[in-house]
Amino acid sequence: MTAVAPPRRRPRLVARAPQETPAGLWTYLFLALTMLFAAFPLYWMFVIATSDDQALAKLPPAVVPGDRFLTNVDEVFSLQDVYFAASLVNSVIVATVVTASVLFFCSLAGFAFAKLRFKGSSALMLFVVLTLTVPNQLGIVALYIVMGKLGWNGTLLAVIAPGLVTAFGVFYMRQFIVNTVPDELVESARMDGATTMRVYASIVLPAIRPALAVLGLLTFVATWNDFQWPLITLSGTDFPTSMVAVSDLASGNYVIYRRVLAGAFIATVPLLVMLFIGGRQIVRGIMEGAVKS
Amino acid sequence: MSTTRAAPASSSRRAAPERGRSGGDDRRLSWRNRLYRFDMRYMPYLMIAPFFLLFVVFGLFPLLFNAVVSLRNYRLDDPTLPYWAGVENFSRLLGDEDFWNALYNTFGIFLLSSVPQLLLALVVAALLNRKLRAQTWWRVGVLLPYVTPIVASTMVFSVFFSRDFGMANWVLGLFGLGGPDDPIDWRADKLHSWIAIATMVNWKWIGYNALLYLAAMQSIPRDVYEAAAIDGAGPWKQLWRITVPMIQPVVLFTVILSTIGGLQLFTEPMLFDPNAQAATGGPNGEWQTIAQLIYKVGWKDLNLGYAAAMSWALFLIILIVAGVNYVVTNRLSGGRK
Repeated sequence: MTAVAPPRRRPRLVARAPQETPAGLWTYLFLALTMLFAAFPLYWMFVIATSDDQALAKLPPAVVPGDRFLTNVDEVFSLQDVYFAASLVNSVIVATVVTASVLFFCSLAGFAFAKLRFKGSSALMLFVVLTLTVPNQLGIVALYIVMGKLGWNGTLLAVIAPGLVTAFGVFYMRQFIVNTVPDELVESARMDGATTMRVYASIVLPAIRPALAVLGLLTFVATWNDFQWPLITLSGTDFPTSMVAVSDLASGNYVIYRRVLAGAFIATVPLLVMLFIGGRQIVRGIMEGAVKS
Repeated sequence: MSTTRAAPASSSRRAAPERGRSGGDDRRLSWRNRLYRFDMRYMPYLMIAPFFLLFVVFGLFPLLFNAVVSLRNYRLDDPTLPYWAGVENFSRLLGDEDFWNALYNTFGIFLLSSVPQLLLALVVAALLNRKLRAQTWWRVGVLLPYVTPIVASTMVFSVFFSRDFGMANWVLGLFGLGGPDDPIDWRADKLHSWIAIATMVNWKWIGYNALLYLAAMQSIPRDVYEAAAIDGAGPWKQLWRITVPMIQPVVLFTVILSTIGGLQLFTEPMLFDPNAQAATGGPNGEWQTIAQLIYKVGWKDLNLGYAAAMSWALFLIILIVAGVNYVVTNRLSGGRK
């Protein structure tokens, strides 16, 4: 704060941090361009999803939605070997079960690591942090064999089981609980005779609601969008997730893109709705994760 | 950490009145005592047990078991082969042209995607770091690609990058490049297919990385900028001379993240291919990545042992590249030399 005095005398040089400087025209212009770049592929997906086959053979390219959305959607749903309707149900099941499980088990473990004393807690937490960076996609071959032994390949269990807990979830929950739940509150509840689970249910859970929303949204989005593992274990069955079904729409000798993009659009809409409703939480989750890591 | 001090105090405080009250309800007390001790001593382990059990069974064990599989003849179509293969899978890897080609492609796409991605993310973050109207909506807006399934966006980009009537060629034509008479065939050679795939990756991750940078930028103390303004540094100079060195830890974090993600690229190269099911990444493997090759070897050629060996090779490569990138970025962004 020693530098405050001189600039005061020369107003042109008044120093402001960027976040206190009002954005100028150019900033808005560049940001608008960024938005266009981000949104256009989604918009265009909708354009083709609502058009006939001719729309893809036009120059300049079509940029206005057509009126065939329901026709295209109807075709997607009635394709025999794609199971599109079932795939949407499957994706909802998988993403919901995984999200609920991650929220429950990761907040339990996060609470234990944040507020309870037990032997080996710091070593075990170190283990969690280390596994954060291990790309478990690399164990995919062995995972397939394990699922084969369990007889789960080709079922939703194979897709759900590996997602039930995440190291990131434990880490994120622990950080949040350390910062928001005061030790005194936990202690006084204990002195009133509350068991650990009671403390979790009546003190910790209400306090971490915002973090649950963030972790829940991020987990749901990631699970819904997962492709590689569901493709391996589910493709060829009549039980795909929506991502596998969309990729099935695009396989074969003659691909009809208005169908592919109609299917892709339907499978994207739930996430756009979530971003619209929970965008603030998702932004916060990503930004908080950045500062803490 | 203050729990360490608080907990023993409370337990002794709690135990004292119970001992003094000893009388007729002795049995009930000891039952409660036992419950209490169980709760204090074992409940924490019960609470972390589901995480560790599930993680070990479906996360850690497959990763380790992968090593065993890689030393075995594990062919889904031929179970008669001898059980152990020794290092055969690994020695085969060294002479496998497909593997080296996939490695080359993976690195090519990785360079074309990660470098522009992180630089553009920095610029977008600097723009978002101004005082903006409707601030939240700009931040939510840049996340549109992040929530979009890669499967869906890759389908769109596949059409963008078609040779005839593709949006990409049309736009380039406006600038006098290519054009309808001499259209670029984005699936004909390595460089063009790499650019197309890298564009998809960049589209997906610029906004996400921008928010990571933005978070770090907002925690830079303002007097740093005061000093810079006195020195007469403009906004552009401020970004590179002050902001980037100040957010260096997050820059390193994103470099590591995009290394881990970029070297495992799977969905984009898979679905960019009109003949996706073959997993060859173009007619002559122009853009086949390692993750794609692992899929092909494992589930098209049905050779799981060899695919497991490739996974271990990829793991090693990721470790090395992440380490190298860490050091290089550390130097470039003004860290300790």
